[in-house]
Amino acid sequence: MYVYDEHDRKMAAERVEQFRDQTRRRLAGELAEEEYLPLRLQNGLYVQRHAPMLRICVPYGMLRSDQLRRLARITRDYDKRFAHFTTRQNLQLNWPELEQVPDILAELAEVEMHANQTSGNCIRNTTTDQFAGVQSDEIADPRPYCELIRQWSTFHPEFAFLPRKFKVAVNASEKTDRAAIQVHDIGLQLVRNDAGELGFRVHVGGGLGRTPMVGPVIREFLPELDLLTYLEAVLRVYNRYGRRDNKFKARIKILVKALTPEGFAEKVEAEWAHIKDSPTRLTPEAIEHIKGFFTEPAYEQLENATDLLASQRFENREFDQWLAHNVDTHKKPGYAIVTLTLKQTGTPPGDVSDEQLDQIADLADEYSFGEARVTHHQNVVLADVRQDRLFELWQSLKPKGFATANLHTLNDIICCPGGDYCNLANAKSIPVAEAIQRRFDDMDYLYDLGEIDLNISGCMNACGHHHVGNIGVLGVDKKGDEFYQISLGGSSHHDAQIGKILGPSFAREEVPDVISNIVNVYVEQRTSEESFLDTYRRIGIKPFKERVYA
Amino acid sequence: MPELITADGALRQDDWVVVPRPEEGEALALPDDKPALVPADLWLENESTFANRADIGVWFDSHDEPEILAGKVNEVPLIAVNFPRFVDGRGYSIGRLLRERFGYEGDLRAIGDVLLDQLQFMKRCGFSTFVLRADKDASQAARYLDFFSQTYQAAWDTDLPLFRRRAS
Ligand code: SF4
Repeated sequence: MYVYDEHDRKMAAERVEQFRDQTRRRLAGELAEEEYLPLRLQNGLYVQRHAPMLRICVPYGMLRSDQLRRLARITRDYDKRFAHFTTRQNLQLNWPELEQVPDILAELAEVEMHANQTSGNCIRNTTTDQFAGVQSDEIADPRPYCELIRQWSTFHPEFAFLPRKFKVAVNASEKTDRAAIQVHDIGLQLVRNDAGELGFRVHVGGGLGRTPMVGPVIREFLPELDLLTYLEAVLRVYNRYGRRDNKFKARIKILVKALTPEGFAEKVEAEWAHIKDSPTRLTPEAIEHIKGFFTEPAYEQLENATDLLASQRFENREFDQWLAHNVDTHKKPGYAIVTLTLKQTGTPPGDVSDEQLDQIADLADEYSFGEARVTHHQNVVLADVRQDRLFELWQSLKPKGFATANLHTLNDIICCPGGDYCNLANAKSIPVAEAIQRRFDDMDYLYDLGEIDLNISGCMNACGHHHVGNIGVLGVDKKGDEFYQISLGGSSHHDAQIGKILGPSFAREEVPDVISNIVNVYVEQRTSEESFLDTYRRIGIKPFKERVYA
Repeated sequence: MPELITADGALRQDDWVVVPRPEEGEALALPDDKPALVPADLWLENESTFANRADIGVWFDSHDEPEILAGKVNEVPLIAVNFPRFVDGRGYSIGRLLRERFGYEGDLRAIGDVLLDQLQFMKRCGFSTFVLRADKDASQAARYLDFFSQTYQAAWDTDLPLFRRRAS
């Protein structure tokens, strides 16, 4: 994992002092709220329905155990002993006091953490695949590039006041896309060209929200050394020409659409031609330097524990299910990737208590070289677990509520905080998630249904990524009442697609029935090998519509 | 006369007057006895009279294109960029382009909704003087111009990004 040097530490400390000073001036009346607003947003501080909300950055989802323990302590000392993992691999506190936020930031800085640019119209946290570095099919480890982007985008003097927020995601696997790069402002897919050189395929202008769009490719191959200058060119074109007159038309996707992807690409290329060879161009040494922080942990030479696992599975059906759903293949023999699910029915998706944060830290130390990762599905990953210790780990996860074997099932719901916390919400989302989880409480039935992404957002801002859920649920306001619109067929993977709206919206109590009806159509119509999405793509939306509105 | 802040935070007075864009059909209202900043496109329209005059500079609004002055930036004694609202970040790109692309060497001034917390970003993007919004305390500017002692990126104030400085 990246470790700060004296420069990073200095900037982190100065950032805390800066925000302390800004907050002091705000409280003394020297800064008007509208002047303070973008400053506090760029330090992760929102003012929410009940209290301020602080969004803490977890750069590309990586956490060390000392950081987890510090987070646990912060939720105890400054909040109500819990926190919420977001769909962008960050962590939110829901009840901090404004006056104390500078102290929280100082506590974070001590463990090399911060809340920089987790909100506001600037370049946000760069996200990536939670299996980075441990899966066998990745082109290269994406994390060094994420870290280079983090440094480049941190306090970038030219791009602190963009037309709108700006999100970058990097994906490294050819087969899967766990980072949903095609629905980001910039999506970078690591690729090798015919000559075997490393680079990126660049998507620009994807995004959810009011005008959901899958990001078109604007460059098929960008050599790795050109990463930062090219990003600078894209950002400069956006900063200059993105719309600033209408908040809903200000994302880069609108500019890309207006200019057409080809027209936009031409503008970027023209800008890039000027700065391509500027000092911002990466050097092989700079990349090597950062790669040095993402070397492999001290793996032991092991064989796969195939026989042991087989007998453990045979003896314990629950363990067998957990292994099948929550454990993935590791690139090293004898190791496995374990996902701890934070989707226990009755707990809001992504919520963790202080105790659980401490537990995750202990588990990381005990089983996974002291590191954990946050996923875009609001779960937590231990990436380097010995196979011969999986059974023991599983036993320890169960009482802590981390072993619900519902990963990728209908119950592994992505859900934004919604109307319970967020003042932009049209409707609550957490109770809807819970009602659906209660309806589908038969694990065997869930496994039989296979992989279904169900995503819930409380409003058009789409923090719950409803557009790219195979089933999407969106809170809408109908003359002051909370209603829910359903969409089908979305995907955030390599075959990214925006879901189609099923029809008129429903009252909250109706939602579980609607989901049951949709699922029943799938079960009746599927062929043996088909996933929900496959069946939907084959038969279209009509049969679902007919059943639901019958 | 508003106080002018220099890049090191010193305060001084000067006489430059920002001449607003005239209404359709009206002429530029140049002050009689003071140096004036005129909209850049109007300077170009009147290039034959304005060129190389020490008392006529130009200003760009945030939606203007600095490209129109390419090749001529050093024929004006002063360029200002207007920040109509401090959250309008286009002026930062304009500053860098004037300096880094078009090679402007003279004084580059930030005007408009210029606040203390953005001064260092402006300075990093090539601005050398600043006219703070009237209700703000210019005497505090020095501190905010250099709040951060280290930066990650190359910009007008730093030739090399940190990754190149680290490597050497
Ligand atoms: S989708 Fe809407 S309701 Fe949900 S967190 Fe985002 S802004 Fe709030």
